[in-house]
Amino acid sequence: MTTKLETLPAPDKKTPGAGKPTNRKPKVRESRGTLAFSRTQRSKALMKHAILIVAGGLMIYPLLWMVVSSLRPNELIFREPGLWLNSLEMGNYTDGWSALTHPFGHYMLNSAIVVLGSILGNLISCSMAAYAFARLQFTGKKLFFGIMLLTIMLPFHVIIVPQYILFSQIGWVNTFWPLIVPKLLATDAFFVFLMVQFIRGIPKELDEAARIDGAGHPRIFLRVILPLMVPALATTTIFTFIWTWNDFFGALIYLTDPDMFTVPVALRAFVDSQSATSWGSLFAMSIVSLLPVFLVFLFGQRFLIKGIATTGIK
Amino acid sequence: MSAISELSSISRRKGKATAEEKKANGRDNKAAYIFLLPWLVGLVAITIGPMLMSLYLSFTDYNLLQPPEWTGLDNFTRMLSDARLHNSLRVTFTYVFVGVPLQLAVALLIALVLDKGLRGLPFYRSVFYLPSLLGGSVAVAILWKQIFGTTGLVNQVLAMFGVQGPGWISDPSTALGSIILLHVWTFGAPMIIFLAGLRQIPVMYYEAAKVDGASTLQQFRRITMPMLSPIIFFNLVLQIIGSFQSFTQAFIVSGGNGGPSDSTMFFTLYLYQKGFGQFDMGYASAMAWFLLVIIGVFTAINFIASKYWVFYDD
Repeated sequence: MTTKLETLPAPDKKTPGAGKPTNRKPKVRESRGTLAFSRTQRSKALMKHAILIVAGGLMIYPLLWMVVSSLRPNELIFREPGLWLNSLEMGNYTDGWSALTHPFGHYMLNSAIVVLGSILGNLISCSMAAYAFARLQFTGKKLFFGIMLLTIMLPFHVIIVPQYILFSQIGWVNTFWPLIVPKLLATDAFFVFLMVQFIRGIPKELDEAARIDGAGHPRIFLRVILPLMVPALATTTIFTFIWTWNDFFGALIYLTDPDMFTVPVALRAFVDSQSATSWGSLFAMSIVSLLPVFLVFLFGQRFLIKGIATTGIK
Repeated sequence: MSAISELSSISRRKGKATAEEKKANGRDNKAAYIFLLPWLVGLVAITIGPMLMSLYLSFTDYNLLQPPEWTGLDNFTRMLSDARLHNSLRVTFTYVFVGVPLQLAVALLIALVLDKGLRGLPFYRSVFYLPSLLGGSVAVAILWKQIFGTTGLVNQVLAMFGVQGPGWISDPSTALGSIILLHVWTFGAPMIIFLAGLRQIPVMYYEAAKVDGASTLQQFRRITMPMLSPIIFFNLVLQIIGSFQSFTQAFIVSGGNGGPSDSTMFFTLYLYQKGFGQFDMGYASAMAWFLLVIIGVFTAINFIASKYWVFYDD
């Protein structure tokens, strides 16, 4: 029974280069049936495709409909469940872009600042902590590691009230600091864990060789480990991007001045100010706000899939 | 593989750890603590400090303006007779107990269909995964509000069949259901974890079962389910913890007030209203600790129950 896992590469074995599709399992599986089964197999596969196309269509339909609706005149949105466009109506985009106090680009810029700060913070602080947990022996290691794992499961709400009091007393309400500083302090423990797992997969001989050459820990970390953990850093970057871009709760609490709004709070202000009168421009700005996430999804898929398969972050 | 299995194995390894630590004691302490510095500062200042502070505040009356006033167990006895809080608990429990199993069942079903070397897997996987990434955003919550509005997409489709649909979101009996559906719609993340788990089950098990004449259903029950049980457990724990903390969707769909007639008043939404709407920080802190206890109890129950149904190969 114990041989089972050894015959197959475990998904958490994150050795450098594991991202390359060297271990193609489907091929093995396809060869399972013999030729005699091929016809039933083919009809089975056909049925599966039919189910998946219908299910996938249902999943994506609301999103496509939103895209199409953002290009329709307002009156049509409430009468057209279909995806056909008779004419392209860009008015929703120009209207929505300037519907709030600032042009929508202002809020995108605010979001971009918070996102970039958060990414930088997570990359630096989480990789440092991960190096210590994965490679160094120190007093209290097991205890700290256990605490770190527990903080992953801690609900945000238990700390938000005092955190708010703390930041409001420093005078940080309506600044981006409350959204960025926690990331500089590695509070997204998920990424620490992800990186620890990754570093464990890097052969120890590499840092031992560097140590023999006289390198200290800072040098080993910067010159040996960091370059090898690029896939883990990429996963962290992508998930931090998406989470921070979508973060509503934090921004809702800390950013009450419209000048400082990030995209989610700006969208919410849009809903409040226009209610049900201009779904078209509301959808248009929703599309604009989803676009960066969609682009990150498009280009970072490989890392997204790997990250979620191994640690469960989404 | 995961933070969860890691946690349970730490407690198992306790005895060995102390011996290991004695040997290595003091070797890298200085370097380790320097690498851990950001994380340690964050742990104290952003996590443990605020936790203790919120524990203290939960025994006080505090509105940010006057200093906290010790009121003992008042907040907790108030919670006992707070009908809106009881309702918010009922809403949240319904959401968790209906939404999580439904979402995981769909995720497992689609993962099973996608497994076994189907052509076009990356494409399908992307289609099913995309909503997971967008689902937490304000934009999609806005979309949902329209889809299930009185003149929304769902009712437009129903009208084509001559059915007059209800005002899903404005009707207390269907509003929560619409938000649960939004949660189910984001099944892509657990689906990818299931897919990774299914890939780990050795093909030879199925081959042996086939030789013995086992039906597809028998193979599923005797091989897939036991082998996948750690992954199911992992998804279950993560989803329950996450779902108890849901906020954005309910906030946007209900316009921030948990309506209609409190039918979408999630626990976290009520907490937000108490803390950041009415600045009743003491009560909000008590609620936050109550949430922590609920999540802790459910996680503990999950771990205890897992002994009876989760199958570990080693």
